[in-house]
Amino acid sequence: MGRALKTALLLGVLVLVNWLLPTLIPNSYYFRVIMLCGINIILAVSLNLVNGFTGQFSIGHAGFMAIGAYCSAVLTMRAFPGVIASLTQAGLPEVITHGAALFVATILGGSLAALAGLAVGLPSLRLRGDYLAIVTLGFGEIIRVVILNVDAIGGARGLSGVPGYTNVFWVLLGVVAVVSVSYNLLHSTHGRAMLAIREDEVAAEALGVPTTRYKVTAFVVSAFFAGVAGALYAHFDSYLNPSSFTFLRSIEIIAMIVLGGMGSVSGAILAAIALTLLPEVLRPVKEYRMVIYAALLIVLMITRPSGIMGTRELSIKWPWSRKEPA
Amino acid sequence: MNAGPSLSLDHVSITFGGLKAVSDLCLDVHPGELVGLIGPNGAGKTTVFNLITGVYVPTSGTIRFADKVLNGRKPHEICQAGIARTFQNTRLFAGLSCLDNVKIAAHQLATSSYWDGMWATPKSAADERTIDSRARGLLETLSLSDVAEARAADLPYGRQRRLEIARALATDPQLLLLDEPAAGMNPQETEALMHLIEEVRKTYNLAVLLIEHDMKVVMTICHRIAVLDYGVKICEGDPLAVRSDPATIRAYLGEDVA
Repeated sequence: MGRALKTALLLGVLVLVNWLLPTLIPNSYYFRVIMLCGINIILAVSLNLVNGFTGQFSIGHAGFMAIGAYCSAVLTMRAFPGVIASLTQAGLPEVITHGAALFVATILGGSLAALAGLAVGLPSLRLRGDYLAIVTLGFGEIIRVVILNVDAIGGARGLSGVPGYTNVFWVLLGVVAVVSVSYNLLHSTHGRAMLAIREDEVAAEALGVPTTRYKVTAFVVSAFFAGVAGALYAHFDSYLNPSSFTFLRSIEIIAMIVLGGMGSVSGAILAAIALTLLPEVLRPVKEYRMVIYAALLIVLMITRPSGIMGTRELSIKWPWSRKEPA
Repeated sequence: MNAGPSLSLDHVSITFGGLKAVSDLCLDVHPGELVGLIGPNGAGKTTVFNLITGVYVPTSGTIRFADKVLNGRKPHEICQAGIARTFQNTRLFAGLSCLDNVKIAAHQLATSSYWDGMWATPKSAADERTIDSRARGLLETLSLSDVAEARAADLPYGRQRRLEIARALATDPQLLLLDEPAAGMNPQETEALMHLIEEVRKTYNLAVLLIEHDMKVVMTICHRIAVLDYGVKICEGDPLAVRSDPATIRAYLGEDVA
């Protein structure tokens, strides 16, 4: 099958799911949880590129998410309405105009997050060790405090009235993109170079792997997808608040990849779903909810210290992935 | 002498604080030559490797390979220039398969970009085929084919050392630096290693610089030997000359060997 055909088929399936899912799950609360699962999968799998594949330790993922969220929201709220209106007048259906607006805003939001990733990564990834953790910790907080103090984007009041353009199609497209990229990298020479850095950075460098370049590239790609997840989140919730992007949010994403097994894409997916569902399932027990959540995490880490999947993968053939050479 | 680049260290020194680890070292390795670097523990042998491969930058002096100055170049650039090394305590990518270990070292064969890798373009697939066949070929040469899919950490020590040599060869070097390849090997494995080094040197037309404490290995296969003591070269010559050199005997070999 040609690549174009595969892509078309995939988009067709996504459109179908987009149409079927709200019909099958009319309960808006369940629907919301499913969407959050998707967004969290994008966050966990993208962070896995840095923390799992390359073996660096970034703890500022929420910061990149915030950049993507606010950047895309400002674009669709302030820059695009005129264009959308004129396109709708020209006879284009809303699905197309809103989708296109979300797509452009998401790409731009992701790109701005990637740019921030480059600015943070270049100086801190030249060094070995824990510098990245410290720098990204500071970075995440800086982003949150800046947003908190800029009145033009709502400040502490938050930014409300973000158009709700996000639907199942776009979330799934984001998930498919970040998962495909991860699997493809794993089976390419570039992904192996990233794993080499995780295993032994000195040896990787001695064998001709430009380690700094790979670490920065992985970090930038990871930041991009965090920005994408942020943009999808912004246009799903219609309301943004700086308190959604605290240090705790970053820790939640780290918990997902640690629980899933550092370096395992399928583990990250499973854990993202599990840790999104868990607090929801525990809602009936009210105030004990987070206590049980924490206790379950501890028990899981004691019984499976290297995560659900370790570094192993479930073998599923993804639309863009190649076959393992025989 | 075969055609090819040679390595030359020209009055190279490095100091760590007040300690002069390598002092005013001059050493040439010509194409196709097998040179031994010996000396007591702490003499600065591995430091010399680290200087050549760019882990350390010399305090003074110049290191040249193929008439290009290597001082201040990054380790990966020096590797790309054609110098590969193994480590004293093996530094394999322990959690990865043997095949992947070698494939990573064959990284330079890739012509596709990171972007190609992300989207598994045909270009990336073509790279993968080239790298895969080269890595499998090298495993074959070093009789490691049977463990291609095994985790590097699960190999016995002797085979880990062979895997490290396979990995170094995958970078397509012209000069190979071997840091105590026979350490921890039994006599049979050491014997096999000696033949391997000779075979590899001839097949790939390599120059080899070898650090080794097993005098049988060094005296049998080296064309030329340099002796280091406290960072200073105290002797250089063919195995026969080094074996009977009084300074070398005093510093390292001891009376009974001579």
